[in-house]
Amino acid sequence: MKSTLKLTLGLTSAMFASTAVSNVAQAEDLTLCWAAWDPANALVELSKDFTKETGIGMKFEFVPWTNYADRFLNELNSKGKLCDLIIGDSQWIGGSAENGHYVKLNDFFDKEKISMDDFVPATVVGYSEWPKNSPNYWALPAMGDVVGWTYRKDWFSKPELQKEFKEKYGWDLAAPTTFDQLKQIAEFFQKREIDGKTVYGASIYTERGSEGITMGAMDVLYSFGFKYENPDKPYEMDGFVNSEKSVKGLEFYKALYDCCTPPGASNSYMGEGVDAFKSGQVAMHMNFAFTWPGLQKDENVGGDKIGYFANPKGPDGDQFAQLGGQGISVVSYSDKQEAALKYIKWFANKDVQAKWWSLGGFSCLNAVVKDPGFAASQPYAQTFLDSMAIVKDFWAEPSYAPLLQASQKRFHDYVVAGQGSAKDALDGLVKDWTEVFQDDGKM
Amino acid sequence: MLNRTADSVARATPEPLARKVRGISDKGLAWLFISPTILLLLAINIFPLFWAIYLSFTNYRANRPNEVVRNVGLANYKRILGDQDIWIAMQTTAHFVFWTILLQTLIGFTLAWLIDRKFRGHAFWTTIILVPMMLSPAVVGNFWRFLYEPQIGLFAYAISFVTGIPATQIGMLSNVSLAPWSIVIVDTWMWTPYVMLICLAGLRSIPEYIYEAAEVDRASNWRQFWSITLPMALPFIMLAVLFRGIENFKMFDMVNLLTGGGPGSTTEVASITLKRQAFESWRTGYSSAFAIILFVAVFGLANIYVKALNKVKQR
Repeated sequence: MKSTLKLTLGLTSAMFASTAVSNVAQAEDLTLCWAAWDPANALVELSKDFTKETGIGMKFEFVPWTNYADRFLNELNSKGKLCDLIIGDSQWIGGSAENGHYVKLNDFFDKEKISMDDFVPATVVGYSEWPKNSPNYWALPAMGDVVGWTYRKDWFSKPELQKEFKEKYGWDLAAPTTFDQLKQIAEFFQKREIDGKTVYGASIYTERGSEGITMGAMDVLYSFGFKYENPDKPYEMDGFVNSEKSVKGLEFYKALYDCCTPPGASNSYMGEGVDAFKSGQVAMHMNFAFTWPGLQKDENVGGDKIGYFANPKGPDGDQFAQLGGQGISVVSYSDKQEAALKYIKWFANKDVQAKWWSLGGFSCLNAVVKDPGFAASQPYAQTFLDSMAIVKDFWAEPSYAPLLQASQKRFHDYVVAGQGSAKDALDGLVKDWTEVFQDDGKM
Repeated sequence: MLNRTADSVARATPEPLARKVRGISDKGLAWLFISPTILLLLAINIFPLFWAIYLSFTNYRANRPNEVVRNVGLANYKRILGDQDIWIAMQTTAHFVFWTILLQTLIGFTLAWLIDRKFRGHAFWTTIILVPMMLSPAVVGNFWRFLYEPQIGLFAYAISFVTGIPATQIGMLSNVSLAPWSIVIVDTWMWTPYVMLICLAGLRSIPEYIYEAAEVDRASNWRQFWSITLPMALPFIMLAVLFRGIENFKMFDMVNLLTGGGPGSTTEVASITLKRQAFESWRTGYSSAFAIILFVAVFGLANIYVKALNKVKQR
């Protein structure tokens, strides 16, 4: 009886002890929130090194892109403690800084000798600073991203197609350098029979629900001369957003949608674009650079069959591209801020950043991207560098969500539903955005 | 045995508690039992409703926790009622509700009338007809999206086969004129069985002797249908219309999955607009006012309708 009692007590104590130990371990675990996509898988792999080095476990909360903003902005607005670290979208920075969701990192950067000069300047402005172009840092640039294009190199190099194209358009079929050329190529491939299959010109962003069509249309509008506001008078939008050049840009985007996209591509974003390209439906494909490593590895369309090019130039020779990507921030409601800052310090390390790139993440660290071997390290590396040099981003104001909703509606109504003119759409956008800024007391 | 157990439990109850329980009347006991449910309902239904009413008079935004909440009076209501986009969304909703109810009632009643005839295998066919209703809206929305696909979708191929129009030109979800109908078709496909079930219950409730009397009077089949079947099944049909009307007025899932409100804003029903204002634009006060307007509209219409239903039942 005594021995049974001892055994029971022993087992119970052991159980309590093990629970306590695991509780201690859990208390140290960090939760990182991000979107569910390929780079997130690479980050899981990379973070194993952090756990090995520090003993701090990593948990991940990944949400599909379509719900990413809803889910995590809800979490931040409700001051939730789910995320200790968050890789938030670039447009969230204004709201998250002003509403106190993110921890300001200036003192930490100074203490740990992390310099923002070591990162690609566009990513610092885009992902870390609020107000923009001021030395107030709320995130460490984590995942560089930009809208660019992929094309079917194997189709472009078919001699019979090259000959026909040259006869028709008078120039060699190759990756386009202007939007006019891009449209000519798209028209050339539209409904063409290749290898017994009907193919189409291009896949572009047309999604209505979140941010798709805005990202796609802006990607074109910038190079046509669109500006968000008067550079000398902030928030003055009339004549800039709806300038003649902007109207031409939006008309071009609609023309591209009407002439050269696959049937039914009226609600297409990153996933649908990848599907269209992977299934051999389209000759060209607009998408964020994060999709490129996966496409490069694809058995059917990757390897030698795929090529990359940066966003082409507009009619006046201007060349810009829509910025994507995110910075990593410490959530101010987290109880584990110290451990979270440890992660950021570790992530800023050059070797970690180099491994991040090798695993499929897009590093923003100068030491990695300016390394002499970087451009040749992947077939898409040079296009990534070229694209990152010409980026522009959407509003990052605290009111970015209603600003985005307005552009989603105006662009989709015109481009996809064919309602009204490009001028109407952009005039309407000026009206909507003015209303938002007036509500905010900024006008 | 049971009495003995009850006795022993009663004896085991501590005296102070027993004294308290002995003093409770039957009514008090009834309140005691239903109070948890009432409290729960107050917490999850009534309180949020009053809270939403309060918020609808403010400029509150859920994504601006640090901003001062101001009372804006009726400004949100005025803005909504003067907003052209809101009226377009309401028209889209009305179009959707009208056509889905019309089609579901016609087809549902016809199916119920056919199923009500006794024929071999009618139980099997009833089960088959009920299948769409048993599926999750998320599943239905996703597989209809594939069916509507112009390049690989069976629906486009079937239409192409019948009409000769190339399948790639049948953009059910991308064409401005077809997209609203694509949602009406899916909703009708999914919910007609529900209307059929209610109508079937109505048809089965008509006593057989009324038809026998009509036969004796040599009433034609058409006369029997017009004078007996339809009037007696009418309260059930109206009930089905009420249920479907309320459901479709707040339709969200199917539209969100199929078109997301597009192309443009052609299928943006009121619930989609509400969701965008509340959880994408974060205009909490404004969207609360919109929700209250929708609630009052549905509640008012449903009340008028229920009164009409009662009149029909009394006839």
